[in-house]
Amino acid sequence: MKAEWTTWAKEARERFPQANSALMPLLHRIQQAEAWLDEETLADVADLLELPVQYVQSVASFYSLFYQERVGRRVIHVCVGLSCALAGADALMHELEEKLGISAGQTTRDGAYSLREAECLAACDLAPVAQVNLRFHGRVSPGDGDRLLSEKVST
Amino acid sequence: MSRKYYLLRNREVPDIDQLAVYEAHDGYQALRQALSQGNPQDIVDVVKNSGLRGRGGAGFPTGVKWGFLPKDGRRRYLVVNSDEAEPGTFKDRELIEHNPHQLIEGMIIASYAIGAHEAYIYCRGEFLTGYEQLTRAVDEAYARGYLGENILDSGFELDIRVYRGAGAYICGEESALLESLEGRRGNPRLKPPFPAIAGLYGMPTIVNNVETIVNVPPLITFGAQWYRSMGTDKSPGLKVMSVSGRVKRPGNYEIPLATPLRTLIEDYAGGMLAGRTVKAVIPGGSSVPLLTAAQLDTPIDYEAMMAAGTMLGSGGCIVLDDSVCMVSAAHRLVKFYREESCGKCTPCREGTYWMTDVLGRIDAGDGEERDLEVLLDIADNMAGKCFCPLGDASLGFMVSAVTHFRAEFERHVHEHRCPMGAKLYDTINH
Repeated sequence: MKAEWTTWAKEARERFPQANSALMPLLHRIQQAEAWLDEETLADVADLLELPVQYVQSVASFYSLFYQERVGRRVIHVCVGLSCALAGADALMHELEEKLGISAGQTTRDGAYSLREAECLAACDLAPVAQVNLRFHGRVSPGDGDRLLSEKVST
Repeated sequence: MSRKYYLLRNREVPDIDQLAVYEAHDGYQALRQALSQGNPQDIVDVVKNSGLRGRGGAGFPTGVKWGFLPKDGRRRYLVVNSDEAEPGTFKDRELIEHNPHQLIEGMIIASYAIGAHEAYIYCRGEFLTGYEQLTRAVDEAYARGYLGENILDSGFELDIRVYRGAGAYICGEESALLESLEGRRGNPRLKPPFPAIAGLYGMPTIVNNVETIVNVPPLITFGAQWYRSMGTDKSPGLKVMSVSGRVKRPGNYEIPLATPLRTLIEDYAGGMLAGRTVKAVIPGGSSVPLLTAAQLDTPIDYEAMMAAGTMLGSGGCIVLDDSVCMVSAAHRLVKFYREESCGKCTPCREGTYWMTDVLGRIDAGDGEERDLEVLLDIADNMAGKCFCPLGDASLGFMVSAVTHFRAEFERHVHEHRCPMGAKLYDTINH
């Protein structure tokens, strides 16, 4: 457990004192720092918020943005919704799979990239849309894979 | 084409997300007016009289919803649903990313009207930028005295907290949203009781969509009669429509309700891409049945859409052209619901799974003669039998596509390929 997590847990509980509302804010904050949530981290969160560890695992596993396996430094979400599909999202995904040598859902061996499908990202005006570490990149047409992979990311 | 916008007003103003700029464009004037009049019930009456209906999809009259709060002295909450994830819908994203203070101003007025002193914004997890915008704008509003104790010397007190979801479409369903906000898995609750009676932390709660609340400041400024001067008697006022698909200018467009669908597509969105014609339109987000090209003159209002066999829903309008394969489109949309089903109830969990499977094999040219009947049979076993609206929502497009384009489905089966020549996508197996 990192020392600052205790402070973060306290802050989350002050901000969201009722029910278990502090849980997701705390998971978000720790994941932002650690990139993903391993079993030990979830156990620490359970301790910090005085919740059963099974409960914390159950909540974390419900939500697709709580990563319970190691992810790359850049997590690329390609929207596969209908509007993006009409604009070529499948070909874009195919191109990224080829460039990275991985399938959707996997992480490159060097830990640089994870590639994931996203259900409609609510940016259909910019189709095809992708996110790099949850930042939107619009009109990423097939052929723009290199541009997407080299987007600057804030850490 | 120049149009006067209210909900999307100031979208061309740089830095309108900054408090000073928002104030310079009459921001928080509606709040001042609402607080200075000093009677919360008057605001409820304006909203009630305006006929404003919930813009998240259900279209329930907002003022009537507000009126359901029991007058029993218990603490009540306002929760704003910013978990926008209905395929084809992207209005709330623009509203929160671009003009967050407009939402906050609407929330303060709404909270004052219903007597809430705590309000929450449930922001979709994927909207990281939107979440940051809202968080920053809320901080600005506190610093300026629009939030906290004794707002603008009115004696009214309000705290707003921004809460981030983490990737689950089902949390847009209001009771699942409340579960998530309480730190649980986003499984929907049994209704009744409705949130107005027992909502967040068991207390009376109003859950409203972002766009709904964004209507509140202009309603205060211009009044219920102004709102009723647009649209129809039962569907008055303004709606933001998100247009995407095979049109020249995809984007958000604010329309007076009862504007014909054809006008939205041809005038607002610039018409179809060169050489393409309309095959079908999904007018209200992925959860509603399609309209055919012959139905383009349908007015965009709740009743006319219902009469045409579909729904206005969230206003996410996906335009499909003559080159789109309806089997692929149905496969794509049903797969979405399979991915997003929370798994709590059997008809939805199993039904979306099997429909995706059957549509997938028809799509791949491996369909069997009986598959169409299997699909409709699954749909029949889901309709009205799912725990929450998600299961039913998965049926609208698929059933209407089979109804209107049955021959296209049958050709996939008979010819063992897509007659449109649509290319199938295979994941590379690394």
